[in-house]
Amino acid sequence: MKHKEISLIAENDTIIALAGNPNTGKSTLFNMLTGLRQHTGNWPGKTVFQAKGSFIYKGKKYVLVDLPGTYSLLASSVEEKIARDFICFGRPDATVVVLDATCLERNLNLALQVMEISERIIVCINLIDEARRKHLDVDTGKLSETLGMPVVATAARNGEGLAELLKVISEVVAGNCRPKPKTVRYSPEIEKAVAKLKPKIKNLLGDQVNPRWIALRLLEGDTSIEPYIKKIMKNKVRKAKLREVLA
Amino acid sequence: MNTESLWKDLLKEVDITLPVKQDKIRDNIVKSVYQTAEKIAAETVTLTTEKGIDRERKIDDVLTSRLWGFPIMFGLLLIVFWITIAGANYPSAFLAEKLFWIESRLTEIFIELNAPTWVHGFLVQGVYRVMSWVISVMLPPMAIFFPLFTLLEDAGYLPRVAFNLDRFFKKAGAHGKQALTMSMGFGCNAAGVIACRIIESPRERLIAVLTNVFVPCNGRFPTLIGLSAVFIGGSAALFVKSALATVAVACLVVFGVAVTLIVSRFLSSTLAKGVPSSFTLELPPFRKPQIGQVIVRSMLDRTLFVLTRAVIVAAPAGGIIWIMANISVGGTSALSFCAAWLDPFARHLGLDGFILMAFILGLPANEIVFPILIMGYLQGTALMELESLEALRHLLVDQHGWTWLTALCTMLFSLCHWPCGTTLLTIRREQHSWFWMFMAAVIPTAAGVVLCAIVTYFVRSLGLV
Repeated sequence: MKHKEISLIAENDTIIALAGNPNTGKSTLFNMLTGLRQHTGNWPGKTVFQAKGSFIYKGKKYVLVDLPGTYSLLASSVEEKIARDFICFGRPDATVVVLDATCLERNLNLALQVMEISERIIVCINLIDEARRKHLDVDTGKLSETLGMPVVATAARNGEGLAELLKVISEVVAGNCRPKPKTVRYSPEIEKAVAKLKPKIKNLLGDQVNPRWIALRLLEGDTSIEPYIKKIMKNKVRKAKLREVLA
Repeated sequence: MNTESLWKDLLKEVDITLPVKQDKIRDNIVKSVYQTAEKIAAETVTLTTEKGIDRERKIDDVLTSRLWGFPIMFGLLLIVFWITIAGANYPSAFLAEKLFWIESRLTEIFIELNAPTWVHGFLVQGVYRVMSWVISVMLPPMAIFFPLFTLLEDAGYLPRVAFNLDRFFKKAGAHGKQALTMSMGFGCNAAGVIACRIIESPRERLIAVLTNVFVPCNGRFPTLIGLSAVFIGGSAALFVKSALATVAVACLVVFGVAVTLIVSRFLSSTLAKGVPSSFTLELPPFRKPQIGQVIVRSMLDRTLFVLTRAVIVAAPAGGIIWIMANISVGGTSALSFCAAWLDPFARHLGLDGFILMAFILGLPANEIVFPILIMGYLQGTALMELESLEALRHLLVDQHGWTWLTALCTMLFSLCHWPCGTTLLTIRREQHSWFWMFMAAVIPTAAGVVLCAIVTYFVRSLGLV
């Protein structure tokens, strides 16, 4: 069912994925940007299937995909698998990770995991108005520096920060702003194993996926990525054969 | 080289490279991610005051406490229903008056055009009257109930309800999230069934789907509210009357929840055996609801949606009823004939043939059950003008021998009978099974028949009516 969803999007559309913990206002943000009326409500798990909508910014059309809310991308539940597969293999042009400003610590776990998969990420600190109300001060400048990616503070409900968010999205998509994610460093033995596997994976799969991320998943024994890996391998083998024939 | 061998090679490669066991690596990875997140958060977030966070926790402690959780829930239910019932009276009467005024104008136009009597009968007395009934009876309560409910949802109260009810669902062998899907069922059972997707375990999802119908949807609230208003409170003052009606409806809802739990318990030990799976439910922070947004959205998305559906279904149904009332089978109308045929069985349930027939004809949408019933009673003359509850009372009690037992059984049967056509088709789609769709109709109907029969025989044997 998910494959169908992905293929429904036209080849040359610019795809933006919205990821985030449950109940951080993804659907509200989605509605504000697309003008659609996806039902929102203050309880986690409300977006049970991914909603799609589009918006136009400076004459360019963007397709926005609202992914189900997840706490991690460990693929231990249906929602996590949907979100992870889309970010990794659906290859969106950019992913906006929506974080709840009032509980940033827990939300950052997801952001760090998304950063491992893809580079084109915008971190959106939503519910900033609520954080202010709770006297929480989020230093977005410092956060942006620490993570190595653009950070925009928003309050989707009343439109605060949305103009800035759109600008940053368009810059990341156009390549004018290149996030340099500073990903999590693991224990030396894991890093060593990753370094060893990375070139082999790159050789096998090419640039289609992030070899570091694949290496980590294989090391921890996550086999749920198997069908995707095989698909990419198949395409590569086919292409190689084609080259042989042409030569 | 094929992909299978490439994949096997890769896995072998990984195996050689493994520094420690795989599950240890996973723990290690998760730990590193959490530590990094903690460090970054500590560096970038500062709390500029000491108080604030605590207050919310204190509110939650009260809302979800064993002592106060349930009284508060019941209290909120009462407030919501009371505002709905008390507030709907005036706009309802106003709408009825306007719509029936339009009807007389329509009749004049038909006479002016020399239209045949049957055309006028079918279109105006059949189709139009049912539509105006549905609109004037349903629109005001919906327009009040939906925004109120959405406000509670927006503020973050629903997860607290789920939290309170969780242990009961667990005891019933069902999933705690069923409390959420059940709450969605108050709006519309079809929506409630779709919401069951949030329950991952197929067994528990099935239980939630099959029992969703036991909470009254919006299509049934008007019937429950209307009957309570007519039969409960008697000749007391309007304020007292609507207060009593409110309590009655709220009790009925609580009863529906109890039936949900009992049937879930039954299902989890018979058709859907298994142990309940655990889950973490996050209590989201309370948020100030966006009042304007909520009102506009719940009016457009929910109220108009449900109303449109009701009108679309009710219009042809009105026509069919008119035809049935005007075709005669062996001297009586087809409508009376069917009702008479159903009557003996219906009597055992404390109902009568017309009531049961209205439920059957109301299969496409519960919204039209009551209008059909009124039409059945008034056949030939079609639907008369029933602006006031007094007229309704007169029709039911004096002309068709209703007692409070009839009203009670009608309400109970409304709570426990087959889901509407839309919900059934949704169940079929969600469960990919005709069998479970069939069961979704059979289970609540069986419960309703048994329940009504017991109540009827109990009350009659005690000579209470």
